[in-house]
Amino acid sequence: MTERRTMARNREETVTALICLLPALLVFGLFNIYPALYAAWLSLVKWDGLSTVQIFVGFTNYRTLLADPEFWNSARVTLLYTIGVTVLGLAAGLTVALVLNQRLFGRTLYRAIYFTPVITASVAAGVVWSLLFDPISGMVNLTLKVIGLQGPDWLGDPKWALPAVTLVGIWKRLGFNMVIYLAGLQAIPREYDDAAKVDGASSWQRFRHITWPLLMPTTVLLAIMSVIDAFQAFDHIFVMTFGGPMGATDVLPLYLYRQGFRLFHLGYASAVGWVIFLLVFITTLLQWRFSRFGGWQRA
Amino acid sequence: MKQRNWASICRRTNRLALHGVLLMGAWVVVLPYLWMITTSLKPLKLTFSPPYLLPVWFQWENYRAAWEAAPFARYYLNSAIMAAAIAIGQVLGGAMAAYAFDRLNFRFKEPLFLLFLGTLMIPFHLQVIPSYLIIQRLGWLNTYAGLIIPRLISAFGVFLMRQFFRTIPRELDEAAMIDGCGRLCILFRILLPVARPAVTALGLFAFLFGWNDFLWPLIVTTDPNMQTIQVGLATFYGKYGTQWVYLMAGTVTSTLPVLGLFILAQRWIIEGVTMGSLKE
Repeated sequence: MTERRTMARNREETVTALICLLPALLVFGLFNIYPALYAAWLSLVKWDGLSTVQIFVGFTNYRTLLADPEFWNSARVTLLYTIGVTVLGLAAGLTVALVLNQRLFGRTLYRAIYFTPVITASVAAGVVWSLLFDPISGMVNLTLKVIGLQGPDWLGDPKWALPAVTLVGIWKRLGFNMVIYLAGLQAIPREYDDAAKVDGASSWQRFRHITWPLLMPTTVLLAIMSVIDAFQAFDHIFVMTFGGPMGATDVLPLYLYRQGFRLFHLGYASAVGWVIFLLVFITTLLQWRFSRFGGWQRA
Repeated sequence: MKQRNWASICRRTNRLALHGVLLMGAWVVVLPYLWMITTSLKPLKLTFSPPYLLPVWFQWENYRAAWEAAPFARYYLNSAIMAAAIAIGQVLGGAMAAYAFDRLNFRFKEPLFLLFLGTLMIPFHLQVIPSYLIIQRLGWLNTYAGLIIPRLISAFGVFLMRQFFRTIPRELDEAAMIDGCGRLCILFRILLPVARPAVTALGLFAFLFGWNDFLWPLIVTTDPNMQTIQVGLATFYGKYGTQWVYLMAGTVTSTLPVLGLFILAQRWIIEGVTMGSLKE
């Protein structure tokens, strides 16, 4: 009797669970998991998306990829962009967070201002920064002129285009890093700092030996999030340079877009997609490894 | 006495220096916004004349001209529909899935949850070509369905909601159940209201994500009547890249709703960011 009742209850529970999970399962199945598997298949064929036959070519796409100097250029650009945005973005975010962590007039306002780019669309940011980087009437070069420097043709010069788009990436990322660092700083008990102060430690020593080590989990988390994000940078580069000049800003996602949606090399582009996946996957594994040992459960 | 004065002066200069650093940084951050507003309000013939940082002219006319040059009103509507639908979908769908994962028992629960979390690792660029082909086969190119449905659920949303549900004591469910509230009633009338901070944060993020999204709308829409504001702006830039005044009017238009939302909901957005990244 009771057994039957629990069985009925279990069935009811399973049915409810199914109803609750149905929308998620449908969307995930059709637009996350299936596409990933489909991409695996596509990367093994040669197809322009129009003809009825997909020619199975095995690993040819990957072999072509590895022999393609354009791909290697994109990989190099992606790596440089990622390092730039991550290292400088973290440094800038930490600096602002350290300053804002003090009792200071207008703190909330500063925080809001620094955060605004995070919620601003990359397309809009790309458009405005393109004009700011204009070699003649752009604000950047006009400012440099005031201090007696002749600014370059930022987006037209292969040497300067990547620094320019990296700068926009940092501009957009800084506020996020700042907010997370602030949360990390606020979790550090003030007593540590006060005790060190009593012992006569300078502010640099206190930062170096107390704040920085205690912030390590936050730094690792932010670095990994930033790396994963930067591997997928697309919008503002699409607007500002479209990968140019001469491939100087041709990050992997843009390379994939051109191969897939301009040249219709669907198989080849899917192989590029798997490379991006691999990069993100390796970074995520690193995160798991670090989080097990670093442990940021305290937050 | 003298010493204390000295210390206070020291502290004051220190503080001034900090403000100096902050203001310099804030200047770089704010520059693009100031500049886009000022440029958008300049008379056309003064486009390239010495740049004023604060608006001295107020040529509102530029906005009308920009809106006439491209169907900005339509872009607006499309973006608003897409962003709102994604926000509602991610909150409701996320809450439902999270309820199943946190409060119900069923077979394959653990592996299923891991699978959900695993999708977080799949970069969108890997899915973009197959997703496009699927949408094409479904006949959803240039439709709201094509813009919205693939983005209706996010693994992040499911995860965030579940983390929040876990902090809500189960006694609350049991009490409601005794009062004759069924499972779905518990979810919608007990858990969701209690989880309001998570719901607000997730809804805001999803809306911002939908409004700012670029690559997906760029691919699934070719008809200007179905394009979103970001795609429209990028197209506008390609076409009228040298007409800075109109271009900036368009950019201000595209950014304004998000800025407004941020000013209104600043606290929840910033708190939500911390909650989403650091909870566990």
